[in-house]
Amino acid sequence: MCTAISRSDPLSGAGRGPAEWFQVTRSTVAFDHATHLPQEHAVLIDFSNYGIGLDARIAVELDVGSARVLLAQLQEALDRAEALEQLDYG
Amino acid sequence: MAQMWNSFDTGGHLAITAQTIEFPAGGGDRVHAYLARPDDERRRPAVLALHHMPGWDEFYQELCERLARHGYAAMCPDLYCRFGHGRPDDVTAKVRAEGGVRDDSVVADSAAALEWLKSQPWCSGRVAAMGTCSGGRHALLVGSLVAGFSAVLDLWGGNVVMGADQLTPARPVAPIDYTDRLDIPLLGLFGNDDKSPSPEQVDLHEEALKKNGRDYEFHRYDGAGHGFFYYHTPMYRPEQAMDGWEKVFEFLARTLGGS
Repeated sequence: MCTAISRSDPLSGAGRGPAEWFQVTRSTVAFDHATHLPQEHAVLIDFSNYGIGLDARIAVELDVGSARVLLAQLQEALDRAEALEQLDYG
Repeated sequence: MAQMWNSFDTGGHLAITAQTIEFPAGGGDRVHAYLARPDDERRRPAVLALHHMPGWDEFYQELCERLARHGYAAMCPDLYCRFGHGRPDDVTAKVRAEGGVRDDSVVADSAAALEWLKSQPWCSGRVAAMGTCSGGRHALLVGSLVAGFSAVLDLWGGNVVMGADQLTPARPVAPIDYTDRLDIPLLGLFGNDDKSPSPEQVDLHEEALKKNGRDYEFHRYDGAGHGFFYYHTPMYRPEQAMDGWEKVFEFLARTLGGS
């Protein structure tokens, strides 16, 4: 990896691919060379399940500002969800 | 206009052959490689092309074909072959998720590819290791650690200089720390707007090469950043890229002999 900015973790969820929904088992977030976005680097987000196949992947490339927006959206949704449901992740 | 461009004789006959092959790579694994070479029986110098982080992709196929049109056998092993097969970007995503390809895997595959190349009747026995981006770093590693190469071409390889916090089990040693073992000529091409490697990191590398008395030539381009050969991206800088290709072919001619 060129930037070496990358982190991958197991998670549990579901994602909609081009053909069908599938179970998502891993997320990877990196800041590295973009494949599709017309810029050198991008925030790369993958939701994947390599147990199914290499193409069991939902990929998003974002510029840094857009990734910040996404982060704020996630944070706000989680804050409100936890307040609403009083979830205990302890 | 660079001399390498349109330097052929229109009355001559040009033919290359290019295809995906399998070869016995590190650990005896059968690994894919893209091989392009002049379609004749002359013994030619060869280039081991080590692909960049975005994967074993179409750019590297075309890079090999360009080298072949200029008289070199060019072999590009799929360094990600063991991670599976699919679209290059899907394969690369899996490699990234698993922490990247290991340096020792690349070195082993490159040593096996060198041995395979040297056993071919059309290979002169002189082989350079060449790569861009992470491939430039890998070329430097391979040129330092594997005996038998004749030259190294590092095109904007990042993470040649690494801090202790960047070392991982997959990449345990910074290539700059092998400078004392690099006993073959090195060509380096860099964009001055690049952040990895930054001009300061290229300075450090150059200092280490000088300190160790190495045979190297670095060319640094203003108005260019990372990946300025990549005509499929906005990073492409045609003037710098064409001059860079000129430097590549001059260097290959000097270090590998006539093609």
